[in-house]
Amino acid sequence: MTALLELEDVEARYGPVHALHGISLSVEEGSVVAVLGPNGAGKTTTLRSVSGTVRRSGRIAFAGRPIDRLGPDGVARLGVAHVPEGRGTFSELTVWENLRLGAYTRRGSIDPELERVFSYFPWLSERRKQQAGTLSGGEQQTLALARAFVHRPRLLLLDEPSLGLAPVLVAELFRIVRELNEREGLTVLVVEQNAHLALQAADAGYVLEAGQVALSGTSDELRADDSVRRSYLGY
Amino acid sequence: MAALETSPGPNLRSRSAALGGVVPPIWLLLVAGAAGLLVGSLRSSVFAQLTVQGLALGAVYGSLALALVLVYRATRVVNFAQGELAMATTYVAWQLIQWGLSYWEAFFATLAIAFVLGTVLEVVLVRPVQHRSVIAAVIVTVGLFILVDGIVNWIWGAEFKFMPSPFGTKIYHVGGVSIARLYPGMLAVVAISVVLVWALFRFTKLGLGMRAAAFRPAESALVGVRVDWMLAIGWGLATVLGAVAGLMAEPSQLLLEPTLMQPILVYAFAAAVLGGLDSPGGAVVGGLVIGVSLNLIVQYVPSITSELQAPFAFAVLVAVLLLKPSGLFGHREVRRV
Amino acid sequence: MRRRLPAIASLLAVAGLLSALPFLLSAYNVSLAAQVGIFFIAVLGLNILTGYTGQISIGHGAFMAIGGYTTAVMSQDHHTNLVVTMLMAFAICFVLGLILGLPALRLSGVYLALATFALAVSVPQLPLKWSKFLGGRDGVQTSKTVSHVWLYGAAWTASAILFALAWLILRGRVGRAFRAVRDSEIAAVASGIELPVYKTLAFGISAAYAGVAGSLFVLATNGFAAPDEFGIVLSLQLLVGAAVAGLGSLWGVLAGAAFVGLLPAVSSSVPLIGSNHGRDVVFGAAVILVMLLLPGGFAGLLARLRRFAGA
Repeated sequence: MTALLELEDVEARYGPVHALHGISLSVEEGSVVAVLGPNGAGKTTTLRSVSGTVRRSGRIAFAGRPIDRLGPDGVARLGVAHVPEGRGTFSELTVWENLRLGAYTRRGSIDPELERVFSYFPWLSERRKQQAGTLSGGEQQTLALARAFVHRPRLLLLDEPSLGLAPVLVAELFRIVRELNEREGLTVLVVEQNAHLALQAADAGYVLEAGQVALSGTSDELRADDSVRRSYLGY
Repeated sequence: MAALETSPGPNLRSRSAALGGVVPPIWLLLVAGAAGLLVGSLRSSVFAQLTVQGLALGAVYGSLALALVLVYRATRVVNFAQGELAMATTYVAWQLIQWGLSYWEAFFATLAIAFVLGTVLEVVLVRPVQHRSVIAAVIVTVGLFILVDGIVNWIWGAEFKFMPSPFGTKIYHVGGVSIARLYPGMLAVVAISVVLVWALFRFTKLGLGMRAAAFRPAESALVGVRVDWMLAIGWGLATVLGAVAGLMAEPSQLLLEPTLMQPILVYAFAAAVLGGLDSPGGAVVGGLVIGVSLNLIVQYVPSITSELQAPFAFAVLVAVLLLKPSGLFGHREVRRV
Repeated sequence: MRRRLPAIASLLAVAGLLSALPFLLSAYNVSLAAQVGIFFIAVLGLNILTGYTGQISIGHGAFMAIGGYTTAVMSQDHHTNLVVTMLMAFAICFVLGLILGLPALRLSGVYLALATFALAVSVPQLPLKWSKFLGGRDGVQTSKTVSHVWLYGAAWTASAILFALAWLILRGRVGRAFRAVRDSEIAAVASGIELPVYKTLAFGISAAYAGVAGSLFVLATNGFAAPDEFGIVLSLQLLVGAAVAGLGSLWGVLAGAAFVGLLPAVSSSVPLIGSNHGRDVVFGAAVILVMLLLPGGFAGLLARLRRFAGA
């Protein structure tokens, strides 16, 4: 069975600096996969390679189609939603406009998606005219998720969702991600520093180090692995 | 879900904090100014005529200023050639009329041509230099100024050309004041154009995409917005607004010649800076303010004669830059060290 | 000393060529060459401000106007020696440049461009207002006119002196401070460089150079100074000259001055183009092409060639 997302020997660079030295990974449809590793390991770059926001080479296939030549708008149109580090909120625009932008590539009415999103997050509906930049960190993260969801993507790329959020909020966020995955069948590739939470929410994971895959396996396997436990789980 | 519904007060950090306590005074000033104009107009017919004329001219300045602001917001470039492009498109209209089109046929055809011209210019000239220094972008638009000026002079020559006014010569008499139909006509055409552009930005998906691309190109690309197309369309729309300004400026001068838009560019710069270089509404308001002020000042302040209009407008521009660089309605801070 | 040999050799060659030119060229071409010299001075000054210190100005035509009017008025009213008027122009414009540089401290980028644009458009209008002193629309005429050879000599002698002066200024502490301001104002401040001092100094120096160029410019147009001579296009030409020169290089200035001084004249004599306006078309197109294709200007081209030659 072909995975929804496949990376084979992907390299990426920022100008002269190489960030990825040949990454291979795959994400099965309907699963949640975590990407772990220390700072600078290339986790964010991996997501950027998929969404086309960094110079990359190698084979990247989405639902069997090669996407390694596409730009970000082309990738988005195929059904990939990327929530970047820092959430990618359009601070100058309203909550409603942010949501509307999430569904930019969709034609026709987006009312059903909006209804779904408002049922998950009622406060979004109440505050739809509020300027997005004035929301708190947690609210912006939720807005980012909602925006991605309105897109009705097949694949959600989530980059460091826990950054800058209080632990309680982060736990809640991962719960929602898990729920979206189970209820709506959303496939998720999440980059996360908080390995513990990530592995709890994920079915499988990859550990990156210095631009290469150091370890991979199901989340149970990773949690049982000694090096992972020592380096990332703290026990 | 409940745990994520934090921060009870949604507007604790509301937008007006950015403008500080300045917003009320500005609106008060404008309202007071409008009231003053009304009172003056009721008391003196000359004043009334000057006000109406000033508003009409101000609408033209505002339209060009709006073009400048659109371009600046989208591509962070000040287009020094915006006035010359407006003038050139007016010549195109003249030529179409010479070839047999009616005024309004030529008008709309010109707007279409202006749109295409603007998008092509963005792709060919602006994209390569957009991310380089300010100086490079300035010089490219300066070169364009010289080029367009040269082309128009070359093709059509510098002699005056007569272009019929779409508003005829009818004069209305309202309570003792004679108002040529020209002025409300100019105001109406500009107002309709500006409102249409505003509606495009505010209510359509395309407009939302354009705003998003101007504010946050990277995030826009992620949601599937074709940022480069959006910027090109922005330039196209700006050139259309410039064309409207040129077409409406011409009837007020009656004769078409290549320096038509040069003083107006000056006033448009002043208006754009006054309103705030990144505020479209500010550009329009700025235009109206400058239009009316110039007209009244030239009449009532003896030492400021009509040759000094341009320096006066620039004095306003420099004063704004020194006192409040972000203009009346702008948000961005000018970087200071 | 060895490394300097090519530079000194080329300097001497250029000097030699310049001295010989008046004897080799027709009168018309000599006055063209003089014009290049005038632009050389102005573009050199502007380059100090824009290329070395990173402050944009589309307004230096205004300083040329001030310098030119100084010469015309002093000559007409007081019969002052023309060279003395050039020195006066230098001094007056230096001071005015310092003064006008003060408000410019608070502006940068497009805002500075707009403010200097304002200057360029407004200053030439002033003689219309103060027509008693400044001749109004009819302008001011010097009491003596000069031959094109005199003009040529004056222009290139002044160029040589001012080039040497610029070289001295830029290789020392002042020049390093200028470059620091251009490269990063924040870093410059952190290194203890007083921004206001150096920014205004750059304005003053560039204005002084433009003033001298303006004096010569008036002399080149038969000693006649009028508002129409100093329109906005002049300031635009100066900036274009500085950009074509390649910001931050003294050698490129010669190419920039030649571009601005010669291209219009040369292109109007090409039969296809003919008129004045055809020449504007060529000039505008050339400016755009240079900016698109040669981002570093002539200096950038030189640098690339040098690298290519493996120097």
